[in-house]
Amino acid sequence: MNSLELTLIRIGFLAVLWLFVIAAVGVIRTDLFGQSSRSSRRRADTVPHPQPPPRVAPPRAKPKPARVSRQMPQQLLVTAGSLAGTSLGLTDQQITIGRAGDATLVLSDDYASTRHARLFPQDGQWLVEDLGSTNGTYLDRQKVTGPTPVPVGVPIRIGKTVLELRR
Amino acid sequence: MTAASFSDQPVPMPRARRRTELAMLVFALAVVLLAYAAASLGLSGKLSGLSVYILVYALMMIGAHLAVRRFAPFADPLLLPLAALLNGLGIVMIYRLQESGRNGNPGTVVTDMSTSATMLQVLWTAVGVIALVAVLVLIREARILQRYTYTLGAVALVLLAIPALIGTSVNGAKVWITFGSFSIEPGEFARLALAVFFAGYLVAKRDVLALAGRRVLGIDLPRARDLGPVLIAWGASLLILIFETDIGTSALFFGLFVAMLYIATQRKSWLLIGLGLFLAGTWLTALTFHHVMSRFTAWLHPFSGSNPTGISYQPVQGLEGMAFGGIFGTGLGQGQPYHTPLVQSDFIFTAFGEELGLVGVMALLLIFGLLVQRGLRAALAVKDPFSKLLAAGLSFVLALQVFVIVGGVSFLIPLTGVTTPFLSEGGSSLVASWILIALLIRVSNSARQPAPQPIQDEGMTQVVRAA
Repeated sequence: MNSLELTLIRIGFLAVLWLFVIAAVGVIRTDLFGQSSRSSRRRADTVPHPQPPPRVAPPRAKPKPARVSRQMPQQLLVTAGSLAGTSLGLTDQQITIGRAGDATLVLSDDYASTRHARLFPQDGQWLVEDLGSTNGTYLDRQKVTGPTPVPVGVPIRIGKTVLELRR
Repeated sequence: MTAASFSDQPVPMPRARRRTELAMLVFALAVVLLAYAAASLGLSGKLSGLSVYILVYALMMIGAHLAVRRFAPFADPLLLPLAALLNGLGIVMIYRLQESGRNGNPGTVVTDMSTSATMLQVLWTAVGVIALVAVLVLIREARILQRYTYTLGAVALVLLAIPALIGTSVNGAKVWITFGSFSIEPGEFARLALAVFFAGYLVAKRDVLALAGRRVLGIDLPRARDLGPVLIAWGASLLILIFETDIGTSALFFGLFVAMLYIATQRKSWLLIGLGLFLAGTWLTALTFHHVMSRFTAWLHPFSGSNPTGISYQPVQGLEGMAFGGIFGTGLGQGQPYHTPLVQSDFIFTAFGEELGLVGVMALLLIFGLLVQRGLRAALAVKDPFSKLLAAGLSFVLALQVFVIVGGVSFLIPLTGVTTPFLSEGGSSLVASWILIALLIRVSNSARQPAPQPIQDEGMTQVVRAA
């Protein structure tokens, strides 16, 4: 073993050690962002499928929140109003929203009705339904008339309270 | 959007990523093999000795991977490979230190280093892997540990008390109990039991503790009666310090409790109270007990008077070793870590610093960091509050342990004798670290497990109604 070989081994080992660290970070990266690349691959796979693509599948240029979620959202977050900052974990149970004491999310909002709206999961989607409120429920700027699917990150307005689903 | 087009979307299934784990594990084993080759070539110029141990080690890790595949199929894919790399590098370094000054190799024999050190370390790794598999098999959900909150709390206290009563004093710290030629350090296991106890206790009491009494200067102060548990933890850690003269363990013990209190209640005041109590306790013991004071002297004045050859001889040797290594290190097997007494246990980090340099130890610290990050990630993702607190506490205590020992040998904080997880020679620490990893694997499995599919009946009816 001459000293040149030893130097090469020494530097080579450090390089491999760092490669391991970089590979580990890469694994974490795919854990965080792998979803989008995988679903685009899925989309490519389904091209020969006879069924036409869902109408809501947006053009690529559209911003992310409008894209149909392929993964169930994990929580409901209050972004504005007196409860701002509150978050609720989503389970397979429906969530009722209103001023009633037995609602899942009890609002202290003067513009909300006692039983204002409900959110429920169905077929891998969360839907919002207005329960005949006085002032109405809005999904983004659209008034909710029947059960409407809620994409992740789109604001639901109830009185002065704004909620959104988060992954 | 019709109901039919929802159901045609692919069902979201989080990937289990067991293949990624296998690939990373093979990568880790390759790095360990390369480290062994580099150490052996650097030491004697030829490949010799350790290869059978590396083979056995590789088989054990593959076995652990198969156990994870079978019993925790959705676990985080990085926990096992990261731990396997650290443990493997530890074995290589212990082999390298054991060979120093023996079999015609350069250097002198390291203090207290027997010729069977590597074999023992591999043996303890086997025990660790068996413990990992046992935890995965016996504990199918981390939250069943919540049933044993108080039992494990009592177990922890007994484990902590044993060495004070029947322990043997090694290098000034009375934390070991010996059976024949084996010695174990019960404190390492007590830490895990305590993490379970704290998690169970705090899940039950978090609301009471978070219910702040008064607000002073923008800080929520807890009510006096809620301070009780903190004071008990503080008192117990002081008692350990006094009877077992082990600063490291008491620091970990107290740090774990304060961190878990903070996580459970989200009140910053606990951090301030905890830090204040810790500083007060350390100051009091430093004034009262000579050996605690001498640690401070060695830290603050390592080079004054006769200190470099006296009380601060070992840390100064470690420091000089790391300085000798510089940025890129001397190369495995080519440094002189044998100048530091007992370099194989508390000071193994300085041996890595000498032979792998700053570049190498930064990679090691990042690997520890990633391990902690994966644990905290599992804690964030899991829904059950007990598992959440347990994973967060275990990750935190791992990070704290690395900080205490690496900070100690690099003179950032006073040196305290705790082992470097996975790297140091010593069975108890290794087995306890593997159990910790097993618990994190278990929690991450629950966190990443796909939720049971909701019943689709309601959707079906709607489709029918629409038609």
